[in-house]
Amino acid sequence: MSIDARRSMPPEAVPGALARSEPPAAGSPAVRISEVSKSFGRGHDALLALDQVSLTVAPGEFVTLIGASGCGKSTLLNLVAGLDQPTSGQVSAGGRQVALMFQESALFPWLSAARNVEMPMRAAGLPRAQRRERVAELLDLVHLGAFADKHPHQLSGGMRQRVALARALAQDAEVLLMDEPFGALDAMTRDLLHEVLEGIWRRRRLTILFVTHEVREAVRLGDRVVLLSSRPGRVIGEFPVEFGRPRGMDDAQTVELAIKIKARLREEVVRHGS
Amino acid sequence: MAADTSATPPPEAAIAGLDRLDAVPPQARRRFWEMAWAASWPKLLALVLALAIWELIYLSGFKQGILPGPAQALPDLWHQLHTALLWQALGTTLRRAVIGFALALAIGLVVGALVSRIKPLRAGVGSLITALQTLPSIVWVPFGIILFGANTTAILFVIVMTAAPAIANGLIAGADYLPPLLLRAGKTMGLRRVSLYRHLIMPATLPAFVTGLKQGWAFGWHGLIAGEVVVIILGQPSLGVLLSNDQDQADMAGAISIIIVLLAIGIAVDLLFNLVNNRIRRRWGVTDAAGNG
Repeated sequence: MSIDARRSMPPEAVPGALARSEPPAAGSPAVRISEVSKSFGRGHDALLALDQVSLTVAPGEFVTLIGASGCGKSTLLNLVAGLDQPTSGQVSAGGRQVALMFQESALFPWLSAARNVEMPMRAAGLPRAQRRERVAELLDLVHLGAFADKHPHQLSGGMRQRVALARALAQDAEVLLMDEPFGALDAMTRDLLHEVLEGIWRRRRLTILFVTHEVREAVRLGDRVVLLSSRPGRVIGEFPVEFGRPRGMDDAQTVELAIKIKARLREEVVRHGS
Repeated sequence: MAADTSATPPPEAAIAGLDRLDAVPPQARRRFWEMAWAASWPKLLALVLALAIWELIYLSGFKQGILPGPAQALPDLWHQLHTALLWQALGTTLRRAVIGFALALAIGLVVGALVSRIKPLRAGVGSLITALQTLPSIVWVPFGIILFGANTTAILFVIVMTAAPAIANGLIAGADYLPPLLLRAGKTMGLRRVSLYRHLIMPATLPAFVTGLKQGWAFGWHGLIAGEVVVIILGQPSLGVLLSNDQDQADMAGAISIIIVLLAIGIAVDLLFNLVNNRIRRRWGVTDAAGNG
């Protein structure tokens, strides 16, 4: 089945999809970013980080964002997460719950893995019995059931990112924003986490906006790769990834498209040098 | 879809393998007596060394007739330990210490929490709190006596004025070093106001707070003894009063006995704080050299 076919299917028809209490309004995008600009500072020193960026992400879509340094990728995710306000334009997740993951796990070092995963549910005021049950479920989902009682310093980088993923899922988020989440991991761990993430994305019908600087990773994971320019950040290209899943980082098709995107990225960097 | 899943070999097996390789080997847990011995033998050695140096000074004839050696002073301590007076004095002093420290803790917590969260207050009062901390504790003794009279309230006042700034400062320092990433993570997962304090800011500042507590205790203890030496309340002996009496009677052996008692209390409190500190450090993974944190 092609990605496009899967995307156009109503959620109920997808095998393995979780039943949702409130299905998102059909046809409306999960994330809508319209003509968003963001500048930091005022007057002469003002830095324009994002310039008229427009992007929509369909429910259940996996979009990867790529760009050279200074393209405002992290700024954009902060805006979608509601941690910051745009200078102009609008950002909306249509009232959907949004979770954010970073390059560093940002786990609370004084809590065990299980207690870290439990934290969003404590914030939401869920009863204890329900929290326990869901923590066990989520840790199993990221294959860390046996490490529930370990503290972050006792876990490897890849394990910590999986705990962070479970914690993000504990927010019952429909939209997952990921800011170079696997950037600090070794290649083998990263490849395995791609598979884990892809599986969870598929089963939970998540909408994912994934920032990376690794072009092949963007092609490996995304339904669509969005290219941002630098200083200011603008959308300068979109590359739909038309071949099916599962893909590998080193597959010929992946590499071929990555080369195309890299060439386009290079043009953009050269423009800044001249 | 189904075809996709069956075509992909599940990553579980590889992940389990990597996890096993990555897992930090458990630290060998030592038995209680082993740990107690490891912690106490350097202290015992230091004690023996101190006694030896003291004996050497005595034998050298320095301040002969005024400065007693261990052989004269220690029996005096032993004798005092069998009098009700010393225990009564110890009780009074410790009671004041606990009450004064509790008051300082309450005030330091409130001030520290307010100053660390409210920016103009931080800019205005922050350096004043540090300046207060550098004041010698003895300066509050005349102030307290004039304000409250020569009574217990004056002594408690001195403890609060010396201990509270250190406790507040610990809290402020902890909040200053709160990693912004943790704050961002906490906010995205829905922690707000009270829950943000309870689940993130308070536990995150705990190590710095305990350091502040320890410092506050040390300063408060200085203030307390300084106050007690000056504020003498009839019928209420305290360690400070005993020290003051020894001074009046030029009883050096007696003064040394009280100093040793004060030192012993200091060491006991230090051990208590270290116990708490080590627990926190172990939980945070700061002591774990093999950890990849």
